[in-house]
Amino acid sequence: MIDRARLAADAAEIIGRYPQSRSALLPLLHLVQAEEGFVSQDGIAYCAEQLGLSEAEVTAVVSFYTMYKRQPVGEYHVGVCTNTLCAIMGGDVILADLLEHLGVGTDEPTPDGKVSVEHVECNAACDYAPVVMVNWEFFDDMTPQSARGLVDGLRAGADIAPSRGAPRLCTWRQAARILAGFPDGQAADGHTAGHGTLAGLRIAKAHGWSPEADEQRSEVQR
Amino acid sequence: MTAGMPDATAGSPAGADGTGAPGGAAPRSGGPGAGPRASTVLTPVLTARWDEPDSFTRAGYRRTGGYQALRKALDTDPDEIIKMVKESGLRGRGGAGFPTGTKWAFIPQGDGKPHYLVVNADESEPGTCKDIPTMLATPHALIEGAIIAAYAIRARLAFIYVRGEVLHVIRRLQHAVDEAYAVGYLGRNILGSGFDLDIVVHAGAGAYECGEETALLDSLEGYRGQPRLKPPFPAIAGLYACPTVVNNVESIASVPFIVRHGAAAFAALGTEKSKGFGIFSLTGHVTTPGQYEAPLGVTLRELLDLSGGVRAGHRLKFWTPGGSSTPIFTDEHLDVPLDFEAVGAAGSMLGTRALQIFDETTCIIRATLRWTEFYEHESCGKCTPCREGTYWMVQVLEQLERGQGSDDDLDKLLDICDNILGRAFCPFGDGAISPVISSIKYFRDEYIEHRKRGGCPFDPAASTLFAGAGR
Repeated sequence: MIDRARLAADAAEIIGRYPQSRSALLPLLHLVQAEEGFVSQDGIAYCAEQLGLSEAEVTAVVSFYTMYKRQPVGEYHVGVCTNTLCAIMGGDVILADLLEHLGVGTDEPTPDGKVSVEHVECNAACDYAPVVMVNWEFFDDMTPQSARGLVDGLRAGADIAPSRGAPRLCTWRQAARILAGFPDGQAADGHTAGHGTLAGLRIAKAHGWSPEADEQRSEVQR
Repeated sequence: MTAGMPDATAGSPAGADGTGAPGGAAPRSGGPGAGPRASTVLTPVLTARWDEPDSFTRAGYRRTGGYQALRKALDTDPDEIIKMVKESGLRGRGGAGFPTGTKWAFIPQGDGKPHYLVVNADESEPGTCKDIPTMLATPHALIEGAIIAAYAIRARLAFIYVRGEVLHVIRRLQHAVDEAYAVGYLGRNILGSGFDLDIVVHAGAGAYECGEETALLDSLEGYRGQPRLKPPFPAIAGLYACPTVVNNVESIASVPFIVRHGAAAFAALGTEKSKGFGIFSLTGHVTTPGQYEAPLGVTLRELLDLSGGVRAGHRLKFWTPGGSSTPIFTDEHLDVPLDFEAVGAAGSMLGTRALQIFDETTCIIRATLRWTEFYEHESCGKCTPCREGTYWMVQVLEQLERGQGSDDDLDKLLDICDNILGRAFCPFGDGAISPVISSIKYFRDEYIEHRKRGGCPFDPAASTLFAGAGR
């Protein structure tokens, strides 16, 4: 159940960000997901109460967006990109292998509640394909072996840092709270520019290329 | 959006004939945008700071010239800023390529209504991966651009609508906004100018469709993310039915350069009608995938030559110039200048410059099916042709991949495409048919070969990153 007294200040802050209260619905849904790990019927009722909407109106929104879960998922929710490029680069094999390794179906947590797996669509990290997300942090250039190692480590409680992201991996619920607009203080931490991010810059620097250099060269040519 | 039209007669033989060898007999298909090019291939501006360990902080951004444009902008008349952005020739970097300054000029002034700036940070087009690293590494470039844009259109409230599935990006945006408030770049009376602005970071919740500007606005208003009928355009009736500019991250992040160095410095780069620099995302079966910032008009051949080419031992088969919604190209198109005009003239669209490279190990039907499954999954359901059409295309493509189906199936696919094209509220439907039509155009024989063999001739293991010959 949603602890209404405890959430009152958070909900008021979220609603206060917007000129019209209904805009607060998506962050409020992230907030109730942070509380319970998924969007329960009570979570829906809570959002409806806060915004003067019917539960049906809120439910219609919840069902549209894939990040809202109507059932509990794992403490670490693993998303394997199987959009075309990642699928072909190995995402299909990784997804099938992980589900078999863990003995679960999509979105179904392992018996210890630690890990669940789903396929995700393009997560905007194609230069690191195949990509796996854990609680929406990037794990780059994955293989079936490294993906198995990742979920085994998560289940064993190992310290695991994403390839690009905060060094301390959040739980699923902590991540949802950040999405609701309540930072966890890790913004300044972590490595974020990997090989792909810097590929062009490194080549440009090696050649001494920049827009200024380009401009000078065309001046000379003129 | 205008997707490539069906052309059942064209078609190069399947897979094995594709050759990516530099210097091949690729025709120079430069359109009206093609022009003389300087020898500098890459021009890092947005990406120039990305290797600084503290590039994401206000201090790191300022050390390399950040926020100088803001001071200059606030000393300039807002209409002058709009004029400057118009003169720079900057066109929307989110895919459509609409002139940014013109969009700003559409906002009615003195109308007594609140104006809003909404940054579209919902980067989700398959293959597109430029805005996410931009916001991770230099969120202040976006914040600075947003303040200038809001000042120009007289908005007092701006939203950054960022997709939810990128946690650390959201942290970085929240952090950058906090840092900007702390020194008076946001809030009341910014830098003593009398201009007030608040920025709200708003996380989405997983829906590709919300990258379409009117669906994004519906989502931001707390509804299902479905598109609106246009007109009225957002500039007249956008967020809360008020005048609203919706701009892509890269468009907004390009504004500080224009203000700081002048419209002419931006317009000096690029081609005649496609000015400036842009980030090209090279991905897939290449030696060095990553982000390459270059003047518009650079070619794939130039980028491949620079970066080590297609992965060792393999040949280019097909590629997307601007994400999955842009018709595919083949090795015939290596020398097409990657600007709006030339890519359009060659039958595709520049889109988001998402250069997804596939080599000869890749099955064209598998790729097309997977993209079509994506569109089926992400269709918002509002328009029947898109919702039902993508569903049925998946059914047909699944059969074709297994080597089943009939002689009529390719015509059936093209017929479905015909019934989606131009019949949906938003460009999603037109985008969904791009991979289908273009793959049949260039690889019809490979479709037929699947049926003749009664199955797929490709080994999926050979395409993976971890295949023996991988990078």
